[in-house]
Amino acid sequence: MRLAFSIASRFLKSNKGQTALILIGIVIGVAVQIFIGSLIDGLQISLVDKTIGNASQITILPSGKDKYFAEDKALLDRLSNNDNLTAISKTYDNSAFIKIDGETYPILLRGVEFTNANMIYEFNEKLVEGNIPERENETIIGSNLAIDNNLNVGDEVEILTPEGINEKIKISGIFDLKVSNLNKTWIVMPIDSARSIFGSDNQLTSIEMQVKDVFKADIVSEEIKKDINITNVDILNWKEENEELLSGLSGQSASSIMIQVFVLLAVLLGISSVLAISVVQKSRQLGILKAMGIKDRQASFIFLFQGLLLGTIGALLGVIFGVMLTYIFSIFVKNPDGTALVPFYIDYRFIGFSALIAVVASTLAALIPARNTSKLNPIEVIKNG
Amino acid sequence: MAKILRLKDINKIYGDKVKTQVLFDINLEFEESTFNSIIGESGSGKSTLMNISGTLDRATSGEVEINGINTAKMNKNELAILRNETIGFIFQFHYLLPEFTVMENILIPYRIKNKVITKEAVKRAEELIDIVGLSKVKNNKATDISGGQQQRTAIARALINDPKIVLGDEPTGNLDSGTTEIVYELLRDINKRYKTTFIIITHDKRVAEKADRIIEIKDGRIEMDLSRKI
Ligand SMILES: Nc1ncnc2c1ncn2[C@@H]1O[C@H](COP(=O)(O)OP(=O)(O)OP(=O)(O)O)[C@@H](O)[C@H]1O
Ligand SMILES: [Mg+2]
Repeated sequence: MRLAFSIASRFLKSNKGQTALILIGIVIGVAVQIFIGSLIDGLQISLVDKTIGNASQITILPSGKDKYFAEDKALLDRLSNNDNLTAISKTYDNSAFIKIDGETYPILLRGVEFTNANMIYEFNEKLVEGNIPERENETIIGSNLAIDNNLNVGDEVEILTPEGINEKIKISGIFDLKVSNLNKTWIVMPIDSARSIFGSDNQLTSIEMQVKDVFKADIVSEEIKKDINITNVDILNWKEENEELLSGLSGQSASSIMIQVFVLLAVLLGISSVLAISVVQKSRQLGILKAMGIKDRQASFIFLFQGLLLGTIGALLGVIFGVMLTYIFSIFVKNPDGTALVPFYIDYRFIGFSALIAVVASTLAALIPARNTSKLNPIEVIKNG
Repeated sequence: MAKILRLKDINKIYGDKVKTQVLFDINLEFEESTFNSIIGESGSGKSTLMNISGTLDRATSGEVEINGINTAKMNKNELAILRNETIGFIFQFHYLLPEFTVMENILIPYRIKNKVITKEAVKRAEELIDIVGLSKVKNNKATDISGGQQQRTAIARALINDPKIVLGDEPTGNLDSGTTEIVYELLRDINKRYKTTFIIITHDKRVAEKADRIIEIKDGRIEMDLSRKI
């Protein structure tokens, strides 16, 4: 085997042009594979992140027609013990109106605990002005609402509830969630303030949660359902509500896999045909090796090793180029706002897998040429000089 | 003396549709550590006989016994091992691997047989290189030496595994007469030194006459078989 390996590497070294050509083929193949794979992965991740990164991924809601359910300490404790959850935010929401210069606008008044809500919505980072409410009856409002009505931090606004209660609250900050609908209607304040405006003591409209692995939201949600065993609530996860997005993603993945398979196929055919030619080119050497007693198996290993060597070196270089290409793409191709169109994202498992496939496939591509060496008869070579 | 190679009733017929018989009932025995030459006209069947003797080709009928072992029922792998360990080949063309140096080429039959190159193997290779006079070029690529040096490398390669038999098919066919002389002196010298049996096909009458035994093949039959008294 050692001899086969050293002959294989000598053959590759002595035919530098041919070796370079196959290597370039494999490198391009692997690089394109990794580039396309990482690009699509990055795209999908950023798409999913934009869609649900700052939203509730699993939501506990009152069941049926109820608007509220009672806050249950045991339930919240259970949830906070669940390792799969990265954020748990209890909320008290109610619709109301805001009265500005005698005109009223419908709004959604959201009562939250900011420390928890920030883990989902990141209000603290999305404030364009002012601060998170620190006192009772302080609130933050969306940027569109503020601009449309010329409201500033420190202003007081009047809230009207459908029940006719009228309350003055002070604007402590203005946020921009990058979704104009939310920026127009959300008024977010501490949960106790919200409850007191509506005269509710310990009711909740929802518990919003985020999960570690967003694609397992349905599984986690199912676990929670079993675990909490409460009948007056429903549990929803983002996957149920975003089926179109999900089918779009899986379509994208499928087309990415197709591209990768065809790239790989082209590379394999290349390796296989070049090595097949090489068997003919090296028939003198193979002939004399056989006369000197090399076994057919060893002789075919000379070509398998060539495939293995080419595959390994090609895959390594291909990974380097592929990652570089992906990185360069993420740096130079930008959104109008300066962020990367596709964020640089590297999935080590995917890259390792691509490299491994390239190595295995290159070795397999050498199988047919390797088998051809068995047919080679030393006398034919010796007779023909 | 022991018989190192026995050919029994060897017939060789080429072709499936148009059959041409090239060898007819050849019976030959070669004694250990002798120097034999085979002569004959072009097309008489010398190379065919040699390839069958060296198990590179199979006879249509008849038996080949090498070093007491009948090769008739051996498979491809067993024959490969037998060739590697007991037979050295020297052809008209050197067939060195151009990707390797002189030293490396000489060690290839050894590496087919053994996993690692031992110090003893290198010593033997050095010794052979010395005998064939290639010390100065031993680390040259096989392509970077003269034709005579290439043929001498092939001779050293044929001897590295200390074979019982060396089969040569016009080993000097491509060399000028001066070099031919040197190479034959070398082969005789090795024959004496290592007791290796040589069977050499040659066109050169002068060379043949120096052998212990001359066999002439004509139209696939043994025409003459002369042994010199030793
Ligand atoms: N594969 C083959 N198919 C058919 N006929 C063949 C084949 N190989 C050799 N022959 C014939 O067998 C005969 C003997 O060939 P061989 O090569 O043994 O001759 P030779 O004595 O070595 O000749 P030379 O001195 O020219 O090398 C020739 O007539 C040749 O044409
Ligand atoms: Mg011949």
